[in-house]
Order: sequence, then C-alpha cells, then structure tokens
Amino acid sequence: MPEPRSGPSGAEIDVLVAGAGNAAMCAAITAARAGARVLVVEAAPRAYRGGNTRHTRNMRLAHDEGNDILTGPYPVEEFLDDLRAVTGADSNPKLARLLLEESLDLWDWMQAQGVRFQPSLEGTLSLGRTNAFFLGGGRAMLNALHHTAEDLGVEVWYDAEVVGLDIDATSGEFTSATVRRTVPDGPGGAATDHEIAARAFVAASGGFEANLEWLEESWGPPARNFLVRGTPYNRGGVLRLLGDAGVELIGDPRQCHAVAIDGRAPKFDGGIVTRLDCVPFGIVVNQHGERFHDEGEEFWPKRYAIWGRLVAMQPEQVGHVLIDAKSIDSFMPSVFPPERADSIEELAAIVGIDPARTRATVDAFNAACRPGTFDHTIHDDCRTEGIEPPKSHWARPLDQPPYYAYTLRCGITFTYLAVKVDEQTKLIMANGATSPNLLAAGEIMAGNVLDRGYLAGLGMTIGSVFGRIAGREAALHVG
Amino acid sequence: MSAESSETWTARQPVSGPGVLDHATASLAEADRLMTICNACRYCEGLCAVFPAMERRRVFTDGDLDFLANLCHNCGACLYDCQYAPPHEFAVTVPANLAELRAETWARYAWPAQLAAAFARNALVTTLAIVVAVAAFVTAIGVSMGSSFLEVHTGPGAFYDVVPHAVIVLVFIAALGYGLAALSISLRRYWRAIGGGALRWRDLAGAGRSASTLEYLDGGGVGCMNTDERPTDTRRRYHHLTYYGFALCLASTTLAAVLDTGFGSEAPYAWYHPVVVLGAAGGFGLIVGPIGLLAAKHNRDPDLSDAASRPMELSFLVLLLLLAVTGFGVLVLRATAAMPLLLAVHLGVVFAFFVTIPYGKFVHGFYRYLALVRDRQERTAT
Repeated sequence: MPEPRSGPSGAEIDVLVAGAGNAAMCAAITAARAGARVLVVEAAPRAYRGGNTRHTRNMRLAHDEGNDILTGPYPVEEFLDDLRAVTGADSNPKLARLLLEESLDLWDWMQAQGVRFQPSLEGTLSLGRTNAFFLGGGRAMLNALHHTAEDLGVEVWYDAEVVGLDIDATSGEFTSATVRRTVPDGPGGAATDHEIAARAFVAASGGFEANLEWLEESWGPPARNFLVRGTPYNRGGVLRLLGDAGVELIGDPRQCHAVAIDGRAPKFDGGIVTRLDCVPFGIVVNQHGERFHDEGEEFWPKRYAIWGRLVAMQPEQVGHVLIDAKSIDSFMPSVFPPERADSIEELAAIVGIDPARTRATVDAFNAACRPGTFDHTIHDDCRTEGIEPPKSHWARPLDQPPYYAYTLRCGITFTYLAVKVDEQTKLIMANGATSPNLLAAGEIMAGNVLDRGYLAGLGMTIGSVFGRIAGREAALHVG
Repeated sequence: MSAESSETWTARQPVSGPGVLDHATASLAEADRLMTICNACRYCEGLCAVFPAMERRRVFTDGDLDFLANLCHNCGACLYDCQYAPPHEFAVTVPANLAELRAETWARYAWPAQLAAAFARNALVTTLAIVVAVAAFVTAIGVSMGSSFLEVHTGPGAFYDVVPHAVIVLVFIAALGYGLAALSISLRRYWRAIGGGALRWRDLAGAGRSASTLEYLDGGGVGCMNTDERPTDTRRRYHHLTYYGFALCLASTTLAAVLDTGFGSEAPYAWYHPVVVLGAAGGFGLIVGPIGLLAAKHNRDPDLSDAASRPMELSFLVLLLLLAVTGFGVLVLRATAAMPLLLAVHLGVVFAFFVTIPYGKFVHGFYRYLALVRDRQERTAT
C-alpha cells in the first residue's frame, strides 16, 4: 500500500532526485546548498551506488589556462570543435555551448565539494591537457560528493527504485513519485512502496544499457550476447516512465556506445579492465576463421568504438584477435591471460574455430603483407596488397610462435536515447509544453548534446554541468 | 560512461607474455591475481607508491609481490575507491591481501627459520617473553639486593645500587645485539629477494624522508581511511606520536649511555636534564600514540586488515605501552622505595623487547624502509 504523501522523516521534501551518481549528486548538492530539502533515491544497494560514475576516471573540462595538473589551456572553442567532430546533426548546438561554457567552472567547484584531481594516468598522456583525472578514480570522486551531500543533510535511500511517476500529461507538472524501497535487513526484507511528493523531480538515473530485453527490441537476438560494461542497475526504468508520461524522447534507441572487449568479461560490471587494444597488432577472424574488417584502419580511440559494432555484426557476436610473439608486450596488460599455442592450428582449436580454415586465412594474410617500417604510433607503411579486406597499416606476418588469441565481444557502455530538455534542463513534453518542475541530468539526457560518438570524459562533464543546473532550477521550487 | 585512451603504452620490462606464475603461498597467488586486475585498471595510480611500482611490471614474481606488500602502508584508500571491491565478483581487496602477505614475508625471511613460528603465535611469544624476563629480573634483583630491594635509593648511581653497571651493559648489549643481528640477516635475505641493487645515499635519504613523514599513509592527499570511506588522519597522527616518541626515548637512552660511560655522569639525572626531558617527551608519545593506535585498530573496518595479524599488532602496541609506562614509573617514583621493583620490571620489559625485535611487528618499519629504498632505485632506473 502506498503511504500518504510523506518525505523521508515525515517532513515534506522539496526535491526528489532519482539516481545517486555524479549528475544526481551534483543536483542534490546544488539544491541543498540553495536551501532545499533533498531526498535521493537509488535503485542499487549502497555498495553499487552511483551507476557508471563508479567506473569513470576523468572529466573533460574547458579551461583558459593550464595548472599544476592540466598541462595546458583547453578553450571552449577547441572543445566545441572536438565535440562537433564526433557528434551528428541532431545534437542541440545551444546546449552544447552551454555545456562547455559551464564546464569552465567545474575544476574549482568539484574541488570545493571535496573531489581531488591527479595528473593523467600512465598511458593517457593525450588526455593530460583536456581531462581532469579523479584521484583514485570515479568511485573516490563519488564518495566525496556523497560525503558533501551527507554533510548538507541530503538523505539517500538505497535499494529504492522509482516505479511510478505522477505527471500531468498536458503541462508536464510533477506531483509525486512511487518509490519501491527494499530494506535488506528490515523485517522480511520485503519491498515497500512509498509515495513521495516533492516540488521538483530530477531524473538522473542513467540510460538503459543494462536492460538487454530493451536492447533486443532494437537489435534482435544478438543483443543477448552483448556484455554490459557498467552497472547492472541502469535499466532505464525512469526513462521509460517519463516516455510513457508524455515526455518527448529523442535519439535513436539503437544507438549505443559499444566497444570490443575481452570476451571473458563478466556479463555486467566488468568495467575498464576488460578493454583490449590489440587489434592493430594482428588480425581479427570471426567464428568461421575469416577476416572481416581492416584491422589497420584507425587509431585509438576511434577503432575501439568501431570494433564493438563490427563484432556485434559477426556470427555469435564474437571476433578472435590472433597475434604472435612480436606484439605480445605492445599493449596494455590484459586482465585475463591470452590463449597461447605454438601453432596457428592449435590456437584455433583452443578458441573453437576451424584450424585449417584459420591457417588458410593467416597464410593468405602473411603472403599479402608488404615490407615496411613498423610503427604503431603513426599510420605506418606496413600494409597488405591483394586481399580483402586489406590491412592498411601495421600489417606484419604472423610468423613468430608462440601465438596468442583473445576473443572479443561487444561491450555496451551507454545508450543515447534521451529525454528532451531545454537550457534549464527542464523536460520538454511531446506536445511541446515545457514541464515546470521535471528536470534531468546526466546520461538520461546526454543525447541532447551527443547523438552519437564519444569524447573521453564527456559523460562526466554532462553529468556535473547539467546536474548543477538541474539542482539550481529545482531549488527554485523550495516551499 | 568511460571511454578511454591508451595509445602509447609500452612495456618497460618486456617478458614472454602475460601468464600465470606459480607461487609459493596462497597469499602470493592472490596478490598476483589482484595486481593483474589492478594493472589493467590503474585508477589508483595517484594514491601511493604501490600502484606505480606495479605498473613497472607485467608479471609478478614472488619477490615482486613481497616488495609491493611492504611498500603498502595500508591507508585503505584503494579499497573504498575500487569499483571491483566486494561484493563485485572480482573481489579486489588489496589492503587486506597485502597486509596478510606482509606478515607472511616477515615470517618467511625470519632468522633463524626455526623461530619464524614466533610470528604465527606472536601474542603468546611476546607475552611469555615479557612475563619470563620481568620475573627473571625481579627475582634476580630482589635476591641480590636482599632487604634493600624495598628501600629508597637516591643520588648519582642510585640505579646501580639496583643493578651493577657492568651487568646492565653486558646483558642489554647482548640482548640488543642478538635482536639486531637476527633482524639484519632477515633484512638481507629480503633485500636480495626483491632484487635490491647497490645502495645510494640519495635513495636512502629519500626513503627516510618518505618513512618519517608517512608520505604514503595519506590516501594520495585526502588522509588515510580507517572505519569507512570517509578519510581521517588519526592513524597517521598516532603513528607519528609513537614513532617520534620511540625515537626520543632512543635518543634519551643513547645520550644517557654516552654521558654515563664516556663522561662518568651517572643516572639518575635532574628533571631538567636533557636525558630526562627527552625521555619524558618520548614517553608521552609512546603512551598516547599506542593508545590512539589501539583505539583506531578497534574501530577499523575488518575489510582493511589481515585478521590473523591482529594479535601480533595488539601485542606490539601493548609492549610499546609497557615500555613507556614502566619507564615513566621509574622516573616519577625514583625517589621512593618502589624504585628498585619498578626498575626491575622496566628492565625486564626492555629485555623482552630487545630479544623479540626480529619476531614481531617491530620489523615492519625496516621492511617498509627497504621497500621504499627499492622503490626509489626502480624509479630512477626507468
């Protein structure tokens, strides 16, 4: 039975925030600092709070000068050029500019909330100027935000999922939410529904990438073979409730950020360690032992994003990278050791593909490699001739045993489907009305500025900037 | 949303490829598993010296892991910052594992090997050492002094009414000599196992600086963690009190020995004498510090610690506390008839401390110091 309109401690609350990650906590902190009574409801248990913020490690922010950590200036205009280069025509240019301009303030604001930064990590020098790395990673940053919120009196309910929203279909005005809360140590551990009335609602609960059934609606049965790189709790419940309540959804539901990761990764939550960047050092064959795409086409991180989709299109949604002894130390250490054998045939048998067919593929590739000077840091002149698909750079014959194999699968990072927002992060209804008190921040509205592609660290920028705006706007409804 | 870049990584220690090495113990095998996960993640790179040292490797030998275990100061930050900490299936618990491995290394390198078992039963061994030594000193002194054991002794040389000067010098030089010799042999073995190179003043001084400031017990700048993910710096403060308290007591004792033996200026000294001032200040640190550390240990998140090491840690702190309390007792009550008994007890505790030096928590500072020296050697070599 839903309880009557009560806040956390019987008191009325001003702002209800769904989600407990970066965007949610930036909103909660900003609203609380403006005097609002804030309740945060998080579907996950405490240990898994904050969705994919836990897996992040930096945020991209504009700055006019370098400092002791950021190695140089990154003006808004340059940031905007970088963003335009990866996104499509459907992103909102006004929101994009707002995002980048507001990001100028993030360095100071984040530190004021107790977040610490550190120089870019080993192997990520290319981000040292543009991205601020969190000391200890995203979970450390998230803990700092939670400590600050706690000190401001923000209450957080864990194991508390929004299962209903009372929204006026015409005006988009929010009145209350039904929150299903499980108290694991409580009597019987049963879920209780609470009807929470609030003056404003901030949707900051992420995308739907962990909802494989939903992905299957667009992708068909192959979606069942996808791995979810982040939290299993991003099931898009609030996104769907808002869509059903008449909020306009934008973006292609089929679009998601998908990368090729170690096929042995856990189904959910494998995070950063399951990445593999060995594609340019060898060849990639499918379950039939055949190559299917130019392995020497692109640099990181572009190839990283391309290969997720490529693998998803192959039979059984797998690809096997074959490399030889020359290259085994040339990429980041993998979390799981590669398969290893003294011959290609043995290796093929171990990974479960036809040995003779694979041998023939390798022979054809080796014969097609033209001599050149190998250099994986540039588009070098090691390429193939006379085979399809070609390998246009970094092509060297696989001829030095032992041979190694990694099986790749498609790992989904996030989805692009979003609720439509204005510059105050207020939700736009399908009928064109602007909701007075429904707001959104983070991945659930990232599609407004990022309809495809990705820039490292941009997700956190979106979360923090729009989280702060949402918190500010929500606080205007303080009773 | 974590898309990332890793375009320029190159191995600094090329090997034949990642693989699973065989390890001598379960803690080592677990440390290898954890370091392999951490090496593919690297988010904790800025927290301390352990993770950058890990990144200099692609595979982890027993010696590598013994090195990393003692380089860890157990600040706890990497547990609370970890996206793979339990309940995640990867169950990454670096502080607890390295604590377990650390204690294991001290036993593994102990000399003579037959006494390594003293680590496993450390509380019993320490208690026995204290009880036996105190009983022996009280009995021997009581018997030799006869009725004057219960009388007031004051003025220069009063302590030598209780124990003759030559006896003190011989017994304690022998006890301390044994303790330090056995410890040195262990440390030498450890240094070889972790691949230590030729010593340079630069590294020794730098490691000394890191050790004396506890540079790596601050979670990378936020402070170390104890009860939960909220940083506090209490352990570092209490460790400083303990460490500097001990150092001041050591300075006081050394100064007294020099004055006494070299200049014929006999204890006890006046309250304003440097020996007394240093000893009193040190004793204060050595009382407040261990009490603070005992309290911190009591409140500590069990996920940060090695449960099996707990008795050893507690008995070491209690031993330090006894050293300070009995020393203070002698100072405060030296003009009373209780002095001979208190001095006997204090000497017994000091003796027990000396002979158990190589077989208890005291060694942690030396192993960690060597790990810090090794870390500096590696950093300048790459």
